Amino acid sequence: MAEPLLQVEKVGKRFGGFVALEGVDLSVAKGERLGLIGPNGSGKSTLVNCICGTLTNEMGTVRFQGEQMDGLPAYRRTRLGLARSFQLPRPFVSLSVAENLRIPLIYTVQARGTVHGEGEVESRCAELLRLVGLQDKARAFPADLTQVDMRKLELARAMAAEPKLLIADESMAGLSRSEIEDILKLLKQLNEHGVTIILIEHIMSAVMSFSQRLVVLVSGRKIADGDPTAVVRDPEVVRAYLGQ
Amino acid sequence: MRWPAFLLVAVAIGALVFGGLRLAANEYYFFAGYVVLQYVVLATAWNILGGYAGYVNFGSAAFFAAGAYSTVALHKFFPLPVPALIAIGGVVAGIVGFGTGYLTLRLRGVFFAIATLALAVVLQTLIINWDYVGGSRGAYLLRPNEFPFIGSYVQYLFLSMLVLAIVAVVAARAIERSWLGFGLSAIRDDELAAEASGVPTLRLKLVATTVSGAFMGMAGAPFPYIVGYLDPASTFNLAYAVNAIAMPMIGGTTTWVGPVIGAVLLGVIQQVTTVTISSAVNLLIVGLVLVGFVIIAPKGIVGLARTWFPRKEP
Repeated sequence: MAEPLLQVEKVGKRFGGFVALEGVDLSVAKGERLGLIGPNGSGKSTLVNCICGTLTNEMGTVRFQGEQMDGLPAYRRTRLGLARSFQLPRPFVSLSVAENLRIPLIYTVQARGTVHGEGEVESRCAELLRLVGLQDKARAFPADLTQVDMRKLELARAMAAEPKLLIADESMAGLSRSEIEDILKLLKQLNEHGVTIILIEHIMSAVMSFSQRLVVLVSGRKIADGDPTAVVRDPEVVRAYLGQ
Repeated sequence: MRWPAFLLVAVAIGALVFGGLRLAANEYYFFAGYVVLQYVVLATAWNILGGYAGYVNFGSAAFFAAGAYSTVALHKFFPLPVPALIAIGGVVAGIVGFGTGYLTLRLRGVFFAIATLALAVVLQTLIINWDYVGGSRGAYLLRPNEFPFIGSYVQYLFLSMLVLAIVAVVAARAIERSWLGFGLSAIRDDELAAEASGVPTLRLKLVATTVSGAFMGMAGAPFPYIVGYLDPASTFNLAYAVNAIAMPMIGGTTTWVGPVIGAVLLGVIQQVTTVTISSAVNLLIVGLVLVGFVIIAPKGIVGLARTWFPRKEP
């Protein structure tokens, strides 16, 4: 078997006496579409933060493309190809929508050397805006966006970094049926172009239609990992979600 | 406008100011003008870190004093021309800025502000106990009366500060419009998101702190010559820290022009009241104006102008 793109081994994280993650193992193959679910407070976002370097994991290791990530600051990981969107959109409020996308374009893609010059940055920016349907709002400021557009912007900013692995943290919460379809289509398109995607979501229909594999976190531990239809029937998963 | 063109405009305005003051033929105007320009540099420098990156520095006086005391220390050792002293003051304060930044930039918001305040206290204590530069007694510096070609030495110091102010404003404007300023805005808005977008936040903040500190030190370097006597109490004066914050706030922190407007406005008001009423009223005026602006125009004069005359989108 080829080496996994992302390999999380025995990752643990505590906040004081609270154990947020305990011995989580996870490996994601290149090109895979992985769904990550779990009740509120189960540690999904903490795991994302540990993978992306926003938080440092006290135990275990994170490997990306075989390279050890521990101790690398978040911006280095982003440049290596690990991008994420935040659960609650965190736009740069004093910058316009287009400028929001220019930040990762300049600081990640241009820093990598795959894009050169102002013209190319400009055209990539326009392309991304068109892709998420924000082309008419390029000059608007985040404060003037609807919640839906804000989520699109959040996702577009992560996509702008041209990641190899994209982690979408609840990018569909609060969206309508058709908007969810749009975003799923977008993510699938990205996936077809070779981007590996981890989707964290509460909307089960979206997770089920998107994921090739499903991982369930409960109280900081991984309790299931496998084929989505089998996982949701797993008695332990059902118990975690519905109680006994 | 590209920066060489901007520099030409700035030099032209500077030349007009200098020429106008020469015509007025009153030596005091040069002294008052020097103080206003010194605040233009301080406010512009503060804004590079405080306005662009959103890190509030309460220790401006420490950087200013680092520049001023490098001059005193060097003067006793070997007298150098003013431009060289400005450069050295800038290097010393830049190193102080880098060091402070390295130690404190992992702190955010109010904790960073407190750390910079602590820096000022620590540095002042060091200076008070350093006998070579006069300790708490202070140090007298004799400056020459004349300077070749220009005439009085005060005019020469004014001209040096004018050049420094132009350099500082041109640099601040260049930073604002570069990838550096762009990244600093991202840090100001959301540091976590900036880092996740590939912005090396610590490195950018270190650059900003170093540049900001260096300009403050440069503003302080000629100070011992203009006053002739330097002591810790006046060099680490609260007025520098307060003015360096208040002036950009009043002018507007997001662009280079804000600190310039704020410094000229407040600086001139302070100089006028010093002569007409009393120098003790200065800080009171700063306080009142600041309170007024926080209520009426929280985004400063620049922000006010933008709401009144919204820029047309091309």
